[in-house]
Amino acid sequence: MVASSLQAGHVTTVHRHLTSKFHSNEEMGQTVFPLIDENLKKNNYKIGIENNNDDENLQREEFEETPLYAAILTYLSYAILCLFGWLRDFLRQSHIETKRGAVDPNASLAFVPLYQSYESFYTRNMYTRVRDIFNRPIASVPGAQFELTERVSDDYNWTYRYTGKTISAINLGSYNYLGFAEKTGPCATNAINSIKTFGVANCNTRTEIGTQRYHVELEQLLADFLHVESSIAFGMGFATNSLNLPVLASKGDLILSDEMNHVSLILGIRLSGASYQTFAHNDMKDLEKKLRAAIVHGHPRTNRPWKKIIIVVEGIYSMEGSICRLPELIELKKKYKAYLYMDEAHSIGAMGKHGRGIVDYFGADTNDVDILMGTFTKSFASAGGYIAGKKSLIDYIRMNSHANTYASSMPAPVVQQIISSLRLLQGPEGKKRIYQLADNTRYFRQKLVDMGFIVYGNKNSPVVPMLIYMPARVTRFNREMLRRGIAVVTVGFPATKLLDARVRFCISAAHTRQMLDNALISIDEVGTEISLRYSTRHKSRRLREL
Amino acid sequence: MGSSMTRGDIENLATDFYGLLESFKHAPLYHISFEIFLVLAVIWLVVFRKPRPIEKKLTEKEKQDLIDEWQPEPLVPSVDPNHPALNVRVLDGIVGKTVEIDGKKSLNFATFNFLNFVGNQRIADKAIQAVQKYGVGSCGPRGFYGTIDIHLELEERLARFFQCEEGIIYSYGFSTIASIIPAYSKRNDILFVDEGVHYAIQKGVEASRSHVKWFRHNDINDLERLLAEQEVLDKKIPKKARSIRRFLIIEGLYVNYGDICPLPRMVELKYKYKYRIFMDESVSFGTIGQAGRGVTEYYGIDRQKIDLISSTLEYAAGSIGGFAVGSSFVVDHQRLSAQGYCFSASLPPLLAAAAIEALNIMEEDNTLLFETIMEKSKRLHKKLLSIKGYIISGDEISPLKHIRLTHAFNTIGRLEEIVQFAQTRDITITVARYLNDEHLLPEPSIRLILNVEMTDEELEFLCAVLQEALVKVTT
Repeated sequence: MVASSLQAGHVTTVHRHLTSKFHSNEEMGQTVFPLIDENLKKNNYKIGIENNNDDENLQREEFEETPLYAAILTYLSYAILCLFGWLRDFLRQSHIETKRGAVDPNASLAFVPLYQSYESFYTRNMYTRVRDIFNRPIASVPGAQFELTERVSDDYNWTYRYTGKTISAINLGSYNYLGFAEKTGPCATNAINSIKTFGVANCNTRTEIGTQRYHVELEQLLADFLHVESSIAFGMGFATNSLNLPVLASKGDLILSDEMNHVSLILGIRLSGASYQTFAHNDMKDLEKKLRAAIVHGHPRTNRPWKKIIIVVEGIYSMEGSICRLPELIELKKKYKAYLYMDEAHSIGAMGKHGRGIVDYFGADTNDVDILMGTFTKSFASAGGYIAGKKSLIDYIRMNSHANTYASSMPAPVVQQIISSLRLLQGPEGKKRIYQLADNTRYFRQKLVDMGFIVYGNKNSPVVPMLIYMPARVTRFNREMLRRGIAVVTVGFPATKLLDARVRFCISAAHTRQMLDNALISIDEVGTEISLRYSTRHKSRRLREL
Repeated sequence: MGSSMTRGDIENLATDFYGLLESFKHAPLYHISFEIFLVLAVIWLVVFRKPRPIEKKLTEKEKQDLIDEWQPEPLVPSVDPNHPALNVRVLDGIVGKTVEIDGKKSLNFATFNFLNFVGNQRIADKAIQAVQKYGVGSCGPRGFYGTIDIHLELEERLARFFQCEEGIIYSYGFSTIASIIPAYSKRNDILFVDEGVHYAIQKGVEASRSHVKWFRHNDINDLERLLAEQEVLDKKIPKKARSIRRFLIIEGLYVNYGDICPLPRMVELKYKYKYRIFMDESVSFGTIGQAGRGVTEYYGIDRQKIDLISSTLEYAAGSIGGFAVGSSFVVDHQRLSAQGYCFSASLPPLLAAAAIEALNIMEEDNTLLFETIMEKSKRLHKKLLSIKGYIISGDEISPLKHIRLTHAFNTIGRLEEIVQFAQTRDITITVARYLNDEHLLPEPSIRLILNVEMTDEELEFLCAVLQEALVKVTT
């Protein structure tokens, strides 16, 4: 394998020779392409999956540097917000302004205050100003188009009033990658039938009287789908990580986790009691350095060798839109005898020709990834998480998992939704959705980049983060888009770094080309109004020029 | 005694000293500064410099050898195929008052289905309507379009049921209390926790990294002792003590023991020692109290005095998820700081709809349902006590009881035999399962759970079977 990486510009391309495990041309030609081919030819748009030598583009990711003026202005914005925050706090302390927000019922009784006032400085003075862009309630199925309940605030977001009306908007925020969030269709009908047959819940744990036949069926089906020996399913994706990592790792082990890992992974690592180090995001050289140092020196103080080393990565990172470097990870893991835990919360169903996730995307061998983890919330429009791998691993987890022994087993309609969508995914309907998603993703990303916006991440990832930097622009972007009927998700500090506030679009297979075009028109308008075209690498252009 | 210095000696010393000073005056500047520097260097070496360990510099070859030689442990140790978790009974159909296993129906005394809402037609209908309106999943966390209006309705209804200001719901019962505790209690704070709390609370306590002081299960005197000790420590560091938060973590009705906490005295102590009470009412919600409002209603204590009541929708309410109710001041904090709330997908709307309907049924019935379950619990308790050879653990009004054999006999093997025998007689009961890393592993027991719709004959039948099983096992 020849890898050339240009670190300075944050653009890395990996050139790979084809391995025999990669699907051959004939196999790909047999799949359902004709329908999509015509549309694509019409739109003059190339889809890379057809071509074998597009393999080198599997790993192409771009993270353009922050322009200097944007960084300065962002810091300035936060400084001004802080100043105003202190001013308002001062006014509130001296009773010139009334204190809003709830009051401690124990306040007058000399209890230790429940919250430090500096901890809630951010909440009081910055978050509350823009609270209306978060936690928006919806009143319909979270599909490609949905209804938001309208709410207004008379007192600058301290309290809300519901007007009773709903706003119709295109949904670019929900995790509905394959479009299975539907209220009609085979999945919904099966779920309804399962409620009639099994009731809504089971009220007991899996190890006592709570394992139904459909649990066994789901786990079998999932194992077959992923080409692994065995799998186990849990009722909550977050809990799958935080309650099962302590089973796999313990004191005396070392965990190397990517710096952008999700909170559930970090909580699981902390609860396990193992030592951990973070390596720079997707940086395989840093990882190799840390692996070598770990094996050579052992535990930092006692120098005892580590019992085992586990590398924890995610398939698609939800805030960055980047994909983990699986081929290099597998190589490293084999070379240094470490174990690999891959969290495919966002990538299962959404990536790969058959929807099997990152392993499928790179054409790697599933036996090389020791622990495959994923969730059912995103691509399957249900709830819950799973872990898949060898039978010995899954049996051990069954015996010792906190969730298996103490948490209620999954309810029937949730499991039925997963089973129905899995079955659909393996048939022609599934292939149609997978290719529709890939097509939508590439189209949307390409247009954004061509317009001159800074977009992070891999070309093929359906998570599309677009950088906005300044907190006020973030808020304005969100509100302006909603006015135009597009619902987006904007995130700032503390979910991202202080400078990198962004809007994150989640593309779905249910989005039609028309919806994406409407969204792009609005982004073009709003982007021009508030000057979001930061990119120096790509020329800024209006949509009508493309 | 000692050396006597004559006047002459002193004069000599003085002249020598004077001569020394004179020589300093005449010495060049660089000489003096160099001397001062040397003196300072010596002082620094002696006082400040720690001896550095001699670092081994390994050659590349040695490093490669170490890497080649290192052998990790297998990812998981070998597994015993006879472990009970790998050989569970597989069910079919609705797990209500009866449960079907391998084609045979049996009476269900094992699942937490206190009010028999599993399989309830009204609840099923509402859940079906929710699927027809919202689909199955919510496809997002609460912050990003995962908040559905039905969640807001459920939170409001729960707050109203408990007569509190605000409620908040979670999508998983285990994660509820395990996310709540770390949201309030940080590294420097103190948690007074009952030893017998269930595993989820133990994990929450662990995740918070606070100082934990365990007191003996339901032993109020032990708690007072710990509080008094802490007070003594506080007097020594008054300034720091003013910023250490204290919390008491208890359950209303303990899942592992079946007994009720001594709440009135704990509330008294709260105002004396200034701690906040977080009470987990997973089992007591919907089963204890005239209207099912839990232990506070049972004791007649004002619910405003408890800072936070957390519970689960997975037991009496017959759905999935968890919730917490309390004053807005306390509950609202979780919306930004509880990890299981902010970073996890929200509850599927059909489960929220089922919970709302369950609340409707509970509110309509108001007292009949709860009087019935308390009455039947008392009757079951009396019947169980009359079987000689079993030790019954749990309050008489508790619908959850633990049965053990007398001391020497009480092993998991024998209890499993009893369970298997009961299964052949069409009664489904279960041995309570725990993981080995519990803080205080309870003694092996069979956990009996009463379903409110069990008739007297069925309770009699249960006792008869238990009696027979006892005979079979102890001969």
